[in-house]
Amino acid sequence: MATKKGVEVSIGIGDAVKLANADVVAAYPITPQTHIVEHLAELVAEGELDAAFIPVESEHSAMSACLGSAATGARTFTATAGQGLELMHEVLYVASAMRLPIVMAVANRALSAPLSVWGDHSDVMAVRDTGWIQIFTENGQEVIDNVLCAFRVAEDRQVLLPVMIHLDGFHLSHMIETILFPEQSEVDQFLPPNQYPFPLDPSKPVTMGDFSPPVLYTEARWAQEVNLRASKEVVLQVWKEFGAKFGRNYSPVECYKCENRKVLLLTMGSFTETAMTAIDELEKQGRTDVGLVHLRLWRPFPFEELRQAVKDADVLIVLDRALSYGGPGGPVCSEVKSALYNLKKKPKVVSFVGGMGGRDITVAGFETIVNRGIEIAQKGSEQEFEIFGVRE
Amino acid sequence: MEKYGVYIPRLVTKKEPFAPGHRACIGCGEALAVRLVCKALGNNVIIANATGCMEIVSSQVPYTSWNVPWIHTLFENTAAVASGIEAALNVLTRKGVRQASDTKVVAMAGDGGTSDIGLQALSGAMERGHNFLYVCFDNEAYMNTGIQRSSSTPFGAATTTSPVGKVSTGQFTWKKNMPAIAAAHNIPYVATACHSYPFDLMQKVKKAVAVKGPAYLHVLSVCPTGWRCPTELTVRIGRLAVETGIFPLYEIENGSYKLSYNRPQLRPVNDYLKLQGRFRHLSEDMINMIQERVTADYARIKERVAQTQEKKPAVIDKPMEKVS
Repeated sequence: MATKKGVEVSIGIGDAVKLANADVVAAYPITPQTHIVEHLAELVAEGELDAAFIPVESEHSAMSACLGSAATGARTFTATAGQGLELMHEVLYVASAMRLPIVMAVANRALSAPLSVWGDHSDVMAVRDTGWIQIFTENGQEVIDNVLCAFRVAEDRQVLLPVMIHLDGFHLSHMIETILFPEQSEVDQFLPPNQYPFPLDPSKPVTMGDFSPPVLYTEARWAQEVNLRASKEVVLQVWKEFGAKFGRNYSPVECYKCENRKVLLLTMGSFTETAMTAIDELEKQGRTDVGLVHLRLWRPFPFEELRQAVKDADVLIVLDRALSYGGPGGPVCSEVKSALYNLKKKPKVVSFVGGMGGRDITVAGFETIVNRGIEIAQKGSEQEFEIFGVRE
Repeated sequence: MEKYGVYIPRLVTKKEPFAPGHRACIGCGEALAVRLVCKALGNNVIIANATGCMEIVSSQVPYTSWNVPWIHTLFENTAAVASGIEAALNVLTRKGVRQASDTKVVAMAGDGGTSDIGLQALSGAMERGHNFLYVCFDNEAYMNTGIQRSSSTPFGAATTTSPVGKVSTGQFTWKKNMPAIAAAHNIPYVATACHSYPFDLMQKVKKAVAVKGPAYLHVLSVCPTGWRCPTELTVRIGRLAVETGIFPLYEIENGSYKLSYNRPQLRPVNDYLKLQGRFRHLSEDMINMIQERVTADYARIKERVAQTQEKKPAVIDKPMEKVS
């Protein structure tokens, strides 16, 4: 039987990592991730989690210590946000390329300057191409469930890749929610012990992280790409098993009132829940042609599922919480467009950027976005994207 | 330092954890030093290696020179990677996943990877008290990228980024004192060594991995390519560095200094400088400046030895408990 607890989402993550019986946690504090690592430090200090907590001197070292730990065969967890994720940047590529199953929670945060501790997706988009499996979450329950799934996926012999669980800084990390925690025995059944196939071990010496001349580098990159794409099957399988065991189901692309709706809004992360309410409100106002699509699996990108979800729509309005300066505007929208570009029948795609640096988008705000998006789809726009709610 | 006679080769294991066939330059002091360090370490070890000469010469896919588990990830993070390995070994042993076997964790890096870009990670790992040995192979510049100056390059040395010119006389700063920085972390064991004194080097490695807590070993590694010297002089130049007092060999055990090689009369620094092309532009004035500095630094170490030996036991801090 699951235990129902009212708990801050960050604290819940610590509890989930405890349920996963992690061996090593290496982390450096950064707002809004701090409560996650504080709680883990506390669990280790109280002897409730038998793990090594390495209080490193930077995020660069946090991820580097994770490399060493995962390569030694330990179940490894860390968490960060914003600038911290940026400081880890080069290490992230190494984690995925060396096939090290590390799980990391990212309390998504805006990037400096100006300094902002509040949430948006600038940090995620900057590490988009680091080769990690990346999953977005919308509420506390999803975070906790997906942290457990992340270890299963990462450590799967067919995968052996690091996984990022994205949760919006403050909007999600600091919410107190009612969350169902599975029993330890249930988690133990779902998540077998980590068995990294080639650990650093004097009885079976391995050389890890050699350098590669041009004659082999491309092959190494391609192998990584094939591997990351193939990991989707395992992600789906793990979600399916999780659903069967715990009754909560997850998909790479999820729909809310999409069927036969001509106008679709696409969101990622915690704003999705506000957007759902906005869809309900619009319905009450008689706009029964508007639905919502939310992307859960950001990497590997779910091309087929996305195409399927929007195939009957005329208009697709994408909200990004990050900006690609001087480029297409919203990075998510640009990827959505590229996923649909070669289709014969596709919706008109409208790009909005908003909710940056912790700025809220209310239900009324989403209604405005939808209405404005429909207008742009009909009349066209000279701009690549519109920035929502900006004071010029 | 122990005295050894003609039996020397018989005293060293024939096993080569660092195998021949690597791509180091002819006369590479660092490859010699790594080989000796690995002989002293034996096989029950995990090595984390920074980017640099040693990584490049020893690990090109699909070849490896490493007969022990070895991992390279990045340039500046080796001490942090070693932290993760050490923590993982501890916790996996404690949980019974791994059999207890006293596996040593060793981080290796060059002088750039240690005293410049990797200094923060190293400081963090030493401060946290991980049970590991960090070996800096100091060839006094970024040799792998083509002889650029580091903070470990000695005063007056010409490198590609401290060149000699009409208004420049080469490196204008004095060599960063890495052993002193390591010692300032109050770790149980710090020592300097050189491949030209193989038994001293190997003894120090054994001592370093035997202590509980962090240990730091700074190994001067002669680089004929970067120092512009004949390849057959590697060992002799290493000895001259010690005999002139430019690179004194000493240990700092729990804060207590001990000279490993104490010559009553130091040789003049020019005996060392004149064999190397990187110093050939030095004027007499500059050589005198270097002589003064070396004499003063050497005297300071002798003072430390006298001070800390008098007040024995000069334990500054007990080795810290493990972090996990």
